[in-house]
Amino acid sequence: MTPLLAIDGLTITAGATPLVSNLSFTVGAGERVGLIGESGSGKSLTALAATGLLAPALRAKGSARLAGTEVIGAPNRVLDGLRGDATAMVFQEPLTALDPTLRIGRQVAEPLRRRARRDGQNLTGRALDARMLALLEQVALPEPARIVRAYPHEISGGQRQRVAIAMALACRPKLLIADEPTTALDVTTQAEILKLLDRLVRDTGMALLFISHDLPVVAQVVERVVVLRRGVAVESGPVDAVFAAPRDDYTRTLVAAAGAFDAALGGAR
Amino acid sequence: MSLVEVENVSFGYSRQRTVLQDVSFNIKAGASVGLVGESGSGKTTLLRLLLGLARPNVGSIRFDGALVDPADRRFMRAYRRNVQAVFQDPYSSLDPRQRIESIVAEPLRSLRIPGNRRAMVQAALAAVGLEPNILRRYPHEFSGGQRQRIAIARAIVPKPKLLLADEAVSALDLSTKVRIVELLKELASGMTLVFVSHDLGVVAALCDEIVILEHGRIVEAGPTRKILDHPQHDYTKALLASVPRMPGRADSQG
Repeated sequence: MTPLLAIDGLTITAGATPLVSNLSFTVGAGERVGLIGESGSGKSLTALAATGLLAPALRAKGSARLAGTEVIGAPNRVLDGLRGDATAMVFQEPLTALDPTLRIGRQVAEPLRRRARRDGQNLTGRALDARMLALLEQVALPEPARIVRAYPHEISGGQRQRVAIAMALACRPKLLIADEPTTALDVTTQAEILKLLDRLVRDTGMALLFISHDLPVVAQVVERVVVLRRGVAVESGPVDAVFAAPRDDYTRTLVAAAGAFDAALGGAR
Repeated sequence: MSLVEVENVSFGYSRQRTVLQDVSFNIKAGASVGLVGESGSGKTTLLRLLLGLARPNVGSIRFDGALVDPADRRFMRAYRRNVQAVFQDPYSSLDPRQRIESIVAEPLRSLRIPGNRRAMVQAALAAVGLEPNILRRYPHEFSGGQRQRIAIARAIVPKPKLLLADEAVSALDLSTKVRIVELLKELASGMTLVFVSHDLGVVAALCDEIVILEHGRIVEAGPTRKILDHPQHDYTKALLASVPRMPGRADSQG
């Protein structure tokens, strides 16, 4: 079976500087994969290249196939067909991911209508409202009727991220790409959002590409990890195996560092 | 003996909203205290009061027995020499147009501390693990971790009794974070440290006491081990339960 996302020999350069070098990995249907790396490792660039969102100044070579279709070098017409249907993205900062001048309802309605149109339906009026409320309930937003009328600045950071997740879900994508989706959130909110993502991925059977610098967070949601360092994949494998017995020196440093802070907490929970 | 005594402090930026509510705690000389809380808990506001950037509406803060009064300029000059701060983002906390020597010497200049300034700057740089030959260079030539070392050097150059760190490792990569925490731990053996953070793992690794804030109130305070192993307050329990843990621990939930 073709994997949902197949990255093969991907190289991204800015002028002569390589930012990602000869990267290859796949995400199969329903699979959850973590992309781990520190700043400058190329983890976000990889996600942008895979969705055709790379800045024009950057050049990508190699191959990134989404649901069998080549993304690298593809025209917008092709990419438009893939976005939403093959994949949708959730970003780190929900405050900048949402339009500050539009009520939440209008922002969530957009991908819902778009998805319906793709399925050959015209979703408007009461039917649209009902779908919208159902969607907000699915991401466990309290008082959805109030939230649809609110502007982004009127709700909390955790609620904004739930809205961003709802917008991604509205597309019913086969693959959800989440780029540091909990990094800007408080730790108790982070725990809720991780639980939500875990439940949604289970319920819908979506695949998940989870990008993060935070090892214990990644361990909560994925089965397999790829560790990036300066654009090179230094190690990959099942998350438990990689964290328990890292083979690469760099991975070992990261695991030891995360382990030290974890050990300091003791058995507390 | 207590170096800092915070007594029944309440504070609000406007009359309608109270940010800190009846906060009391003491900091023993030589202790490392972690102020832990989520956004809106008032931890940064408490730090501003400790820095003397604002005055409590109610209650008092005493340092070495003397009242911290932001309006008393003579007192504040002596106070600044004793209390220095390190901030979260080493990219915005260092002036990009100044050379490292000038940046680190800044407290010596503004506090009019006499002596061989270059020697003091070099001693501070050595204490944070930087080479003395970087004096003529600019901040942009350094990595995030190195910049944070420069910011720490600037804070310790006047030999303060109290170092206040506001999320000082939160913007750093994991491998850098470990090294800066080690540095702070080493420095904390010679001075008093107040470390404001939302990151319980870092606080656990660095601080011997913890103060937990929620919505401007202290919900729990005490020795780190005791609070981590036997949290009493529901909020502390919820906070600890929310921290994602590494897999493969004996009692991991998997």
